[in-house]
Amino acid sequence: MASIKRGLPRLAVAAVLAALLGAPAHAQTSGKTIKFIPQADLRVLDPIWTTAYITRNYGYMVYDTLFALDEHLHPQPEMVGSYKVSDDKLTYTFTLRDHLKFTDGMPVRSADCIASLARWMKRDALGQAMAQAVGEMKPVDDRTFSIVLKKPFPLLLDAIGKLSSNVPFIMPERVAKTDANTQITDPTGSGPFKFLKDEWVPGSKAVFVKNPDYVPRSEPPSWAAGGKVVKVDRVEWDYIPDPATAAAALNAGEVDWWEQLPPDLVPMLRRNQDVVVADTDPLGSVGVARFNSLLPPFNNVKMRQALLYIVNQTDIMTSVAGDPENWKACYSVYTCGTPMASDAGAAPLMGKPDPAKAKALIKEAGYNGERIVLLTATDQPSINAQANVVADEMRQIGLNVDLQAMDWGTLINRRASKAPIDKGGWNMFFTWFGGADMLNPSLNFPLNTVGEKGWFGWASDDKIVALREQWMQASDAAAQKQIATAIQEEAFSSVPFIPTGQFIMPTAFRKSLKGVVPAPVVFLWNVEKD
Amino acid sequence: MAAISADIVVRAPRRRWLRETVRRHPTVVAGSLILLAMVAMAIFAPYLGTVDPIAVAPVKRLRFPSELYWFGTDAYGRDVYSRTLYGARVSLQVGLGVALFATVFGLAIGLVTGFVRLADALLMRVMDGLMSVPPVLLAIALMALTKASLGNVIIAITISEVPRVARLVRGVVLSLREQPFVEAARAAGTPLLRTLWRHILPNTIAPVLVQATYICASAMITEAVLSFIGAGTPPQIPSWGNIMAEGRLYFEIRPYLIIFPGLFLSATVLAVNLVGDGLRDALDPRLARRM
Amino acid sequence: MFAYLVRRLLATIPVMGVVALFVFSLLYIAPGDPAAVIAGDFATAQQIALIHQKLGLDEPFFVRFGHWLWAVLHGDLGISIFTNLPVTQLIGQRLEPTLALTLTTLVVTIVFAVPLGVIAAWKAGTWIDRLVMIVAVAGFSLPAFVLAYLLILAFSIKLDLLPVQGYVSFRDGFLPFIEHLILPSITLGLVYGALIARFTRASMLEVLSQDYIRTAQAKGLANDQVLLRHALKNAAVPIATVIGIGIALLISGVIVTETVFAIPGIGRLTVDAILRRDYPIIQGVVLLFSAAYVLVNLLVDVSYTLLDPRVRY
Repeated sequence: MASIKRGLPRLAVAAVLAALLGAPAHAQTSGKTIKFIPQADLRVLDPIWTTAYITRNYGYMVYDTLFALDEHLHPQPEMVGSYKVSDDKLTYTFTLRDHLKFTDGMPVRSADCIASLARWMKRDALGQAMAQAVGEMKPVDDRTFSIVLKKPFPLLLDAIGKLSSNVPFIMPERVAKTDANTQITDPTGSGPFKFLKDEWVPGSKAVFVKNPDYVPRSEPPSWAAGGKVVKVDRVEWDYIPDPATAAAALNAGEVDWWEQLPPDLVPMLRRNQDVVVADTDPLGSVGVARFNSLLPPFNNVKMRQALLYIVNQTDIMTSVAGDPENWKACYSVYTCGTPMASDAGAAPLMGKPDPAKAKALIKEAGYNGERIVLLTATDQPSINAQANVVADEMRQIGLNVDLQAMDWGTLINRRASKAPIDKGGWNMFFTWFGGADMLNPSLNFPLNTVGEKGWFGWASDDKIVALREQWMQASDAAAQKQIATAIQEEAFSSVPFIPTGQFIMPTAFRKSLKGVVPAPVVFLWNVEKD
Repeated sequence: MAAISADIVVRAPRRRWLRETVRRHPTVVAGSLILLAMVAMAIFAPYLGTVDPIAVAPVKRLRFPSELYWFGTDAYGRDVYSRTLYGARVSLQVGLGVALFATVFGLAIGLVTGFVRLADALLMRVMDGLMSVPPVLLAIALMALTKASLGNVIIAITISEVPRVARLVRGVVLSLREQPFVEAARAAGTPLLRTLWRHILPNTIAPVLVQATYICASAMITEAVLSFIGAGTPPQIPSWGNIMAEGRLYFEIRPYLIIFPGLFLSATVLAVNLVGDGLRDALDPRLARRM
Repeated sequence: MFAYLVRRLLATIPVMGVVALFVFSLLYIAPGDPAAVIAGDFATAQQIALIHQKLGLDEPFFVRFGHWLWAVLHGDLGISIFTNLPVTQLIGQRLEPTLALTLTTLVVTIVFAVPLGVIAAWKAGTWIDRLVMIVAVAGFSLPAFVLAYLLILAFSIKLDLLPVQGYVSFRDGFLPFIEHLILPSITLGLVYGALIARFTRASMLEVLSQDYIRTAQAKGLANDQVLLRHALKNAAVPIATVIGIGIALLISGVIVTETVFAIPGIGRLTVDAILRRDYPIIQGVVLLFSAAYVLVNLLVDVSYTLLDPRVRY
């Protein structure tokens, strides 16, 4: 209907303009092009160097992985055709499947895989854990290589089949040889799409075309695993920073797909019969309130514990995601709805807010009205909402809150500062992770409590570090769960961060798109366009 | 009795004068009234049925305008009516602040450059350079250097407006300098500062005052633009630009978040412009014909 | 004439020099260490120091300014902090939409605003005059983004007549190209048009009160002839001046307009760069816009000789 309604006046305008200007009206042929509004602007082309989700998603377009995670959270062979694990579980031998080829025409060789893994192991936290176990990675022949371990590393396949940032994508050896701290800019990969760097306009547009040389696996797609069959010729990522404009563009059919929309706009888009609003991400996203454990007052564990009693997930999530169908409370340091999650030790966070208890803890901590700097990013609605609500809750129990607003780009620079607050430092910031990044202790960034070497906030808790080591060595799911629970109990006592709830960032696309793969990451393969 | 009759005698012409003014300058009167209303609103905001404009209440977020929430609530459940009223404070502070500072500095620079040749060569080069950077661009570039605060916004917009005032004043000074009465004063040995004070400054007042109103109006719009693109006042301050910036996301489902502050901003700027036009007509007939 | 041109061109050098100095100071006093940003999240102090050295960040202000200016004069505006691409390339990619938008707006605005101003002056004091002036003041007072949203709401969402956002190159079809520019041009042109209309009216009033116009009328020349042949011709110079000065408004408006309509032009590049504190881009954009402003005003000055034969240099 909308297209007819739209068509008539448009035709009239066209006729008038054509008459006025004496110009022939060109019909714009779109062919099989998907116009896609990504969640963020693609600026960095190195998915090993940055953890930014947009660059990870770019990586899934142009690169392939040795293993890939399926919907049952099992790593499945992707580029690997067959593999063997020795009986002592110390030698893994992988053979690549046929027809793997980079977009520069070169075949994918063992050397490429080894160099890519080596570079990834320098950047990624799980990769670094794996590096400590790896003795040697060596090619057997052009298409077979082996990884020999010094000590058992049960997570090896999970690591090289890691779903979210940093994903161990396979690049040509000449590119992967780049120093891990230097960004690469060469988009040569062996993935289902080819990146057209000439048409890339940072801040606006990134263009991909189908990689004609890509041979997909025969299995049906399941999350990142299975056959990545590309069913269109071209994908254009049109970055539209203003959500109101993006919504209008999707409603009008000027774009086909909007990756991530603010939940508040769901009802409006649902009213359009040509648009499908879907929740394709089974894991959702998890909000995180992070303390700076180096600076007073949050270097005092009592202050951090106090906040557990006032942080109200219902209030926060209502502001972040609106309608309760878009969020749920999640009193776990892991992604709720996945095997490791539980509410062990979460009592202070779960109950009704208890300002009296919080005030008592604050008094015990000796807090004396010192200024507390909270950082928020106004260009990230789901972050800004968390910050505003928590700041208000903190004010109500008499904390002297200084909520400093900036954009996300500035925030990620600011949060790196360990300086005192009057020299540009901070006490608290807010962010969110895709559920895939909070699945278990090996992936969870804010749980990596190794102090100043760790993630921003630099929480230090040796007990968690030791338990995390154990978890990675655990042999079965039951043992993993037990250790994970112990970690969580400790985490709700030393409070390196506070989970603020689990929410869905819905995706929306035109009815003309079929075959969208439900997964925690948006994939553009398997999608057809009428 | 005598007192009453005297009252009548005095009042009658006054009333006539008022009626006459309204008839002759309806736009100026309308502008002044709107402006007065806005100033009153800003000053008395706490007593006009408002609640704490920054108090967050997620449970009652995004409510449509109703008897309870006259202008609805925003995404954090804050009362838009209260925010809009308090927003008048921010806009007026920015408008008046920038107008005042830009005028003072512009006057100083203009007077000095008009009389001191060396300063003229140097300062006016700088002014020309700054003037060739479009004001909004200059202001956002300056804001990129500092953290978001009301004071910084006022400073950034002031810097981008000063050159225009300086240029105007310098022009007036240059034309006055050759006037016989100034030359006479100089010949009689009047010190420079005194000449400036007694003879030059009074003559620049009229055009500068007119210019100041236009600066006030454009500063309020610039503040809104800065806040709108995220380089203005910190978001917890309820400025009209901020309310609109936050309402942008919801503009299809909650258009009132843009419409109410937009309406107030436009009305205030319009009022200031109308008053400016009136001042210009009254103070400077020559300029009146030119603009 | 030629000597004047040379003189006028030379006069732009100190102006651009001041702009260059200002723009460079931006990066110099900017908070945050570009080396730390370039080095990335996990860099060591040593790596940052190395980048410092490589970029010459430890040298004194004027040495760095000299290097930077030398590079700029050779068309090198540096590398964007966030995308690692040359600033000139990023600007180059975005020139077309911005040029298309500003030129369309310029032409359309002048075509509408000048006649409106002339009519208002001709009918001075009547309701036509009042109406034009009220619209002009209102145009001055309505922030561009408020207007933009109202236009989108009315013409794109409710009436479904025009596209909401984006830019289509004229190479991809002339009609979509124009369709995508209509609402942005109106948004961008309103303030500028208001300025030109007001100024045209004022200039015309001044000219119309001159003796020679009265003489012309007394001679029995038809009114429209007087209006066009004498009055407008004489008012042309001040009108041209304000067109030049008003370019500043247009440039400021481009930043907002491109943001709302998601036009991938230089205005949006500016906003993105500001939000990310990508100083090399901010520098490049400020430099470019200022140069454009100076250039347009140079052209306006030169055009005086064509508009008004009495002006000789």
